[in-house]
Amino acid sequence: MKLVLKNVNVLNPNQNVNEKNVNVLIEDGRFKNIGKLTDAEMKDAKVLELDGKYIVPGFFDMHVHLREPGREDEETVVTGCNSAANGGFTGIACMPNTDPAIDSAEVVTLIKKQSANHLVDVYPVGAATVGRKGEVLSPMAELKDAGVVGFSDDGIAIKTASILKRSLEYAKMFDLPIIEHCEDESLAGGAMNESINSTLLGLPPIPSVAEDLIVMRDILMAEYIDAKVHIAHISSRKSVEMVRDAKKKGIKVTAEVAPHHFTLTDDAVKTYDPNVKMNPPLRTKADVDEIIKGLKDGTIDCIASDHAPHSLEEKEMEFEYAPNGIIGLETQIGLAFTELYHKKVLNLEQMIEKLSINPRKILNLPIPEIKQGEVVNLTILDVDSVWTVDKTKFKSKSSNTPFDKRLLTGKSIGVINKGQMFFDGKFTKI
Amino acid sequence: MSLSSRHLLGLKEVPKEDIQLILDTATTFREVLERPIKKVPTLQGKTIVNLFYESSTRTRISFELAEKRLSADSINFAVSGSSVSKGETLKDTVKNIEAMKVDMIVVRHACAGVPLMLTKISNSNVINAGDGIHEHPTQGLLDMYSIREKLGKLEGLKVCIVGDVAHSRVALSNIYGLKTMGAKVSVCGPSTMIPKYLDELGVDVIHNIDEAIQENDVLNVLRIQLERKAREYFPSIREYSQYFGIDRERLEKNGKDIVILHPGPINRGVEISSEIADGSSQIILQQVTNGVAVRMAVLYLLGTLN
Repeated sequence: MKLVLKNVNVLNPNQNVNEKNVNVLIEDGRFKNIGKLTDAEMKDAKVLELDGKYIVPGFFDMHVHLREPGREDEETVVTGCNSAANGGFTGIACMPNTDPAIDSAEVVTLIKKQSANHLVDVYPVGAATVGRKGEVLSPMAELKDAGVVGFSDDGIAIKTASILKRSLEYAKMFDLPIIEHCEDESLAGGAMNESINSTLLGLPPIPSVAEDLIVMRDILMAEYIDAKVHIAHISSRKSVEMVRDAKKKGIKVTAEVAPHHFTLTDDAVKTYDPNVKMNPPLRTKADVDEIIKGLKDGTIDCIASDHAPHSLEEKEMEFEYAPNGIIGLETQIGLAFTELYHKKVLNLEQMIEKLSINPRKILNLPIPEIKQGEVVNLTILDVDSVWTVDKTKFKSKSSNTPFDKRLLTGKSIGVINKGQMFFDGKFTKI
Repeated sequence: MSLSSRHLLGLKEVPKEDIQLILDTATTFREVLERPIKKVPTLQGKTIVNLFYESSTRTRISFELAEKRLSADSINFAVSGSSVSKGETLKDTVKNIEAMKVDMIVVRHACAGVPLMLTKISNSNVINAGDGIHEHPTQGLLDMYSIREKLGKLEGLKVCIVGDVAHSRVALSNIYGLKTMGAKVSVCGPSTMIPKYLDELGVDVIHNIDEAIQENDVLNVLRIQLERKAREYFPSIREYSQYFGIDRERLEKNGKDIVILHPGPINRGVEISSEIADGSSQIILQQVTNGVAVRMAVLYLLGTLN
């Protein structure tokens, strides 16, 4: 089948491509021609009139919780992928805190199988330790062969310095990163960030130093072993500063931030709405300011949603009893463009680096190219589209978001990958 | 005169006029409590549910008495023996109770924010009888009532809250209410029991109990919740009572008779000695009596608002 994307701007900073108002011919899932198309080439093609929209290498979210296996009532591999496609992503990495955890080749194979025919590429992250218990190394070599792209005990930090040390040493053989949820266990367990607001609201606090301690530990260990550590969902000022300093020293540390951590502060908790309860918790304005600075100066490499589906009945509980986390795949692009691009924190090239290129680099994945002969893996982007979040329209099986009804600027209007297109709310073969 | 809100969730947002009105109304009911027949027909026909998700003796009985003395129909709902033990959510429980046509809900819960949550899922007037470590507004009000009764005013008084401020729902309500009424509020306790950012509320933080006695007109001594986590926040009960406990010796050393409140139940010999607790100058039992009058005032003012 022939598909023509008419009148698009092509942008891929990774290849130094920046072309305005061209036509793109796609045939059998590959770029056939980019530029001016002949009448013969246009003949019998399905044409999408895109009128100055951008096509960019498909966005990638490296921090997603699919709930399969274990809590398929909240999200399955397929509904998570649908949500990703609707949000503008052609690839995701899914975290290992499933039930059972992704600590065996069987679970990796199951997830791979469930996503095999989907437009969205799914790359599981393996557990660093068996059952994420922090006691015994997971079978990392076997997991690597089955297809994992990194290791993490996400949900919690790797339990002790000694098992972290061994994880880094072992994962280094495969050049895969350890992805850390940074939180000191002995300081964990609260319901919100420790600040004047936790006192005013009477909620048990989680101090930001709980994150900082583990970020510090991990940076020191990454330096000592000379191995890769990736800081998941960085949220505190001090942690950003430490990552910045570590990068200057050449330590192999990278970091991601979730949109809620640069969009909201813990003032949002004043409603006691469990949809603003997450871990790490929303922090203060000083933390958000440092995150913005870190995004700008490159300390923070990428943006990742920490998409965490939870059932309605669980999220309707008392704030302190409700589980942590919000879904994010379908609001991430809108929040990132609203808060970062339109507020002139990042330019368009930097946005694409943080949403598409850098996460793949961290996970050693090939970066899609937009050139003749290449397999098509792209996101169609309307940076100026003004839209209102409507959680009833989400493809995710869950709807736990604090951003419903929020006005955003910038969205994905479609994605193409693996010979399939998602456009106008529908999947089609191309 | 009427209250500016149809719920009492905490004292943070309650304006001075409302506190004044509640305390003045409580004075009237306090007088009723001295009568041979301690009952008025004010809330006849109103149904009040006491929704207690956490065990409580004095607050529950105090509310129940207040309701009965106002001639309201009251129903007690405690966690054990209800559908909660079968796994029903708070939302479902409240919806079900409301379907039985109640007018007011008095709620006690281990989680902060539950009273606010109730206002969103129910049409009843909601009264917070203590939520987590957040607020306990009727305790704050009865403390203020008791201080006013004893010293004749609140404005300009110096009040120090002593003990485990970090795990207390009484502390915050006292701080808000007393500050609104023009008192100067400080806290005194081990630094592990004082929230890190409390000074942002305009409250002085001290760690020396003798200084607290010297500087203040009133001490509101909080209960050390030995049965809860509090035990992890200081080295030993012995050390706590030596450095923060109040007994006759300490008061004599400071040469000062000071008004001492305690929300109860008392750990005798820990935060306060028996001698002091039972001393004639203290108002701890009067606080309990006043509690009924203050709760009658709150129920009356909210129940007759519409």
